[in-house]
Amino acid sequence: MQELIVRAKELLASGQVARVLGWKKGEHSYDPEVAFFNDAESLQDFVYDGFCGANLSKYMIEASKLEGKTLVFLKPCDSYSFVQLMKEHRVDREKAYIIGVGCWGKLDVRKLGAEGILDVEIAGDVLKVSSLYGDSEVAYKDAMLERCHVCKGKEHKVFDETLLESADTVDLDRFAEVERIEAMSPEEKFAYFQSELSKCIRCNACRNVCPACSCRKCVFDSTAFNSEQKANTTSFEEKMFHIIRAFHVAGRCTDCGECSRVCPQGIPLHLFNRKFIKDINRLYGEYQAGADLEEKAPLTSFQTDDAEPGADRR
Amino acid sequence: MRRIGVFVCHCGSNIAATVDVKKVVEMALLEQGVVHAEDYPYMCSEAGQSRIAEAIREKQLEGIVVCSCSPRMHEATFRKCAERNGLNPYLVEIANIREHCSWIHKDMQEATEKAVILMRAAVAKVHLNAPLLAGESAVTKRALVIGGGIAGIQTALDIADAGYHVDIVEKEPSIGGRMSQLDKTFPTLDCSACILTPKMVEAASHENITIHTWSEVEKVSGFVGNFTVDIRKKARYVNMDKCTGCGICQEKCPSKKPLNEFNRGLNNRSAIYTPFAQAIPNVPVIDASACIKLNTGKCGICEKFCQAGAIDYKQQDEIITEQYGAIVVATGFDTIKLDKYGEYAYNESKDVITSLELERIMNAAGPTKGHLERLSDGKAPKEIVFIQCVGSRCSDDRGKPYCSKICCMYTAKHAMLIRDKYPDTNVTVFYIDVRTPGKNFDEFYRRAVEDYGVNYVKGQVGKVAPQPDGSLLVHGVDLLENKQILKKADMVVLATAIEPNPDVRKIATMLTASIDTNNFLTEAHPKLRPVESPTAGVFLSGVCQGPKDIPETVAQAGAAAVKVIGLLAKDKLKTNPCTAKADELRCNGCSQCANVCPYGAISYETKQVNDHGIREERRIAVVNSALCQGCGACTVTCPSGAMDLQGFSNRQIIAEVDAICR
Repeated sequence: MQELIVRAKELLASGQVARVLGWKKGEHSYDPEVAFFNDAESLQDFVYDGFCGANLSKYMIEASKLEGKTLVFLKPCDSYSFVQLMKEHRVDREKAYIIGVGCWGKLDVRKLGAEGILDVEIAGDVLKVSSLYGDSEVAYKDAMLERCHVCKGKEHKVFDETLLESADTVDLDRFAEVERIEAMSPEEKFAYFQSELSKCIRCNACRNVCPACSCRKCVFDSTAFNSEQKANTTSFEEKMFHIIRAFHVAGRCTDCGECSRVCPQGIPLHLFNRKFIKDINRLYGEYQAGADLEEKAPLTSFQTDDAEPGADRR
Repeated sequence: MRRIGVFVCHCGSNIAATVDVKKVVEMALLEQGVVHAEDYPYMCSEAGQSRIAEAIREKQLEGIVVCSCSPRMHEATFRKCAERNGLNPYLVEIANIREHCSWIHKDMQEATEKAVILMRAAVAKVHLNAPLLAGESAVTKRALVIGGGIAGIQTALDIADAGYHVDIVEKEPSIGGRMSQLDKTFPTLDCSACILTPKMVEAASHENITIHTWSEVEKVSGFVGNFTVDIRKKARYVNMDKCTGCGICQEKCPSKKPLNEFNRGLNNRSAIYTPFAQAIPNVPVIDASACIKLNTGKCGICEKFCQAGAIDYKQQDEIITEQYGAIVVATGFDTIKLDKYGEYAYNESKDVITSLELERIMNAAGPTKGHLERLSDGKAPKEIVFIQCVGSRCSDDRGKPYCSKICCMYTAKHAMLIRDKYPDTNVTVFYIDVRTPGKNFDEFYRRAVEDYGVNYVKGQVGKVAPQPDGSLLVHGVDLLENKQILKKADMVVLATAIEPNPDVRKIATMLTASIDTNNFLTEAHPKLRPVESPTAGVFLSGVCQGPKDIPETVAQAGAAAVKVIGLLAKDKLKTNPCTAKADELRCNGCSQCANVCPYGAISYETKQVNDHGIREERRIAVVNSALCQGCGACTVTCPSGAMDLQGFSNRQIIAEVDAICR
């Protein structure tokens, strides 16, 4: 972590960057927050550890409008989001100085197995948790976010320089959970989604954190479609929000997993997106959004030999 | 709230027999804003239109819903009627209660219920319709014909004769198409080449025709009157300006392995070749996959012998870009593959051939120099069996559901020619039906039976079994005699179904022209607009639209030409105002709409915007309304809903859905 701060100070001092976009100590050791640092002094609060799951790419949309360059730290998976935003002309590469930071898996507070957590000490492979109800230990690996178990890889897709080494964290099949749901009967599927999505409190955290949900004006906030002020006729209707959102980010979602990380209700929202990714891979060949700036996206390009999944049913 | 008038058409009994039109009127009057509703036997008639006119005047209507047939039939009629009476034509909505309702339902109560729902949706939409103004665009006075067979040649000649320039793009090294492969033509038995080659020569020498052979359409953009087309001129490796067509290169070429496509693969050709003697242009091409020089760097014999110095191994594909006002598709057909018809032993025996292969065998320039002989042993066949409908009129997925239309006649022709030239050869034809509708067609068929003694058997063949002695045992059935037939034959000829040239899918996609389940291009109307594609400015000529023989093809080619001439004769075209438009404050500038736009109509500008007090420069989508065809692909792709289609806005569509679900 210190080397990141040292390098950030150097870049600020040399005038190469006007500010630093990173993570700042939170109220507790396990809740750092995203922050801009405008000078060397403020960097004393900078932090980079297992709890810095937040993907900083989306913040670069606003940072691209500011004077001068912004130093941004991107983990390998965050760099996919940044490339995707470049593809969509939402971030300005020229306004970013990208340090690709290594990653060894990020943590999910919910997996610490404790309530009323006061402090978490990361001691190598072990997490020492002290809570209102006593102390406990959890293996680092067991507390990792789901997305890290199916990590896309250690390579940064865009960077100016890299710091720190990444570690291998993959030990699960990315599509296993999707396959499990695919195998359900329609009734089981409905029941599953009903039970998951009815937890939703429409806090919009998933939308607000999502790098693909970067519309200037979200359709759900818009008065243009006569849909924003409608009363729901069933308890499930409101949850169509998530299905519509999945459609809106289909083909653009890099599977960064931020939606599920920030959901206060613990809904596995990433599964919707991953189902789309799985289907895209099957129908149009392997595709990873944000992997390549030039590659055409399967859902917004047309080849004469494209699969026609609707037409197959004839 | 707009003042809406609803007009319900009986369409004689077409609608009124199934839909209670009075009920629709009654229900319409209950809709918000509807101040007038009436029914009439024929709304499209003069009298019907004058009722609309009267209602517009007397009730000060601000929007009209006509419940009638498909908008493709009479939307223009009612729009013009509105315009004549001072109402913007785009304030007219059609509720299709005929094709979408009365024609597909039997139960009056259900049909009426649906008609009411369709009416409601149209009323909900028309409340949100914006008055639109049509623009104008210029017409490029030049036509493109894709395909240089008889259809394409005839279309090009007719357009060129009217004084407009035409380009023919042909993917083979020569124009001529399938007709050039035929030996004789029914029902007059004149030599195919003798009647085709004068047309080929005429096309080649016509001052208004440019022929691009060995070329393919690569990309099409634009719209009616203003198409921009990229044509790939494939490397010929022979300089067209220098070549004299002497043919010595073909003679000397040591690579003689490639199958001769023109002779349907029945013999071989050289790597440098012209497909046939009368080829136009008479300039060979080098088949890069077979050329020794191009593959190994050694050889160069053709270059050595070419007196004109025309060989150029370094030639590259070239892309040329041209502008056209109209495009005619004349991509023709091929015979289907027979892999799924194992019972006919086509892949097992050389003596089981397709009719098109027989054409080449009968032709003096063919693989046997016109002698009728078995390809297995060169012996003259004494017993020939023809099998009709191989892959045509097929109810399973091995073949095609349609009748290929030409097979009955060419089989009669083959049978007659063989009996005439080789009287000691017996000819048997197995048929399902003999279909001979056409001038002098039935007489022709009867001549084959009555004068030439061709043995027609009504029934199908279940199996052709190659025998150890080289003969073929045909297991058939005679349905009239109700008995099984076992017939020994020396040769079996399969009247193989025809299908549109497989390339047509690619071309149709580029042109956004629709295609049916059999890959035939769809007409704008099967009866009334048979040579126009539903895509404006795209016309259809020949078998790409449906099976047809030469006289029909030539007639359709002429008809397509007339439509093209009618278009090119205009100086300006009215453009469709139902185009997409971006909401500047909502647009993310993400380019997704531009990626999906099939017309290249969307570009981006950096604009200064004032978004509720936030002033900033933004990248914003701009639609070129001349290029936009109103397909709506951008509107559904746009994640923020910034793209909207005028006349079919998101709000309008949601209002329709809401009305339907009410």
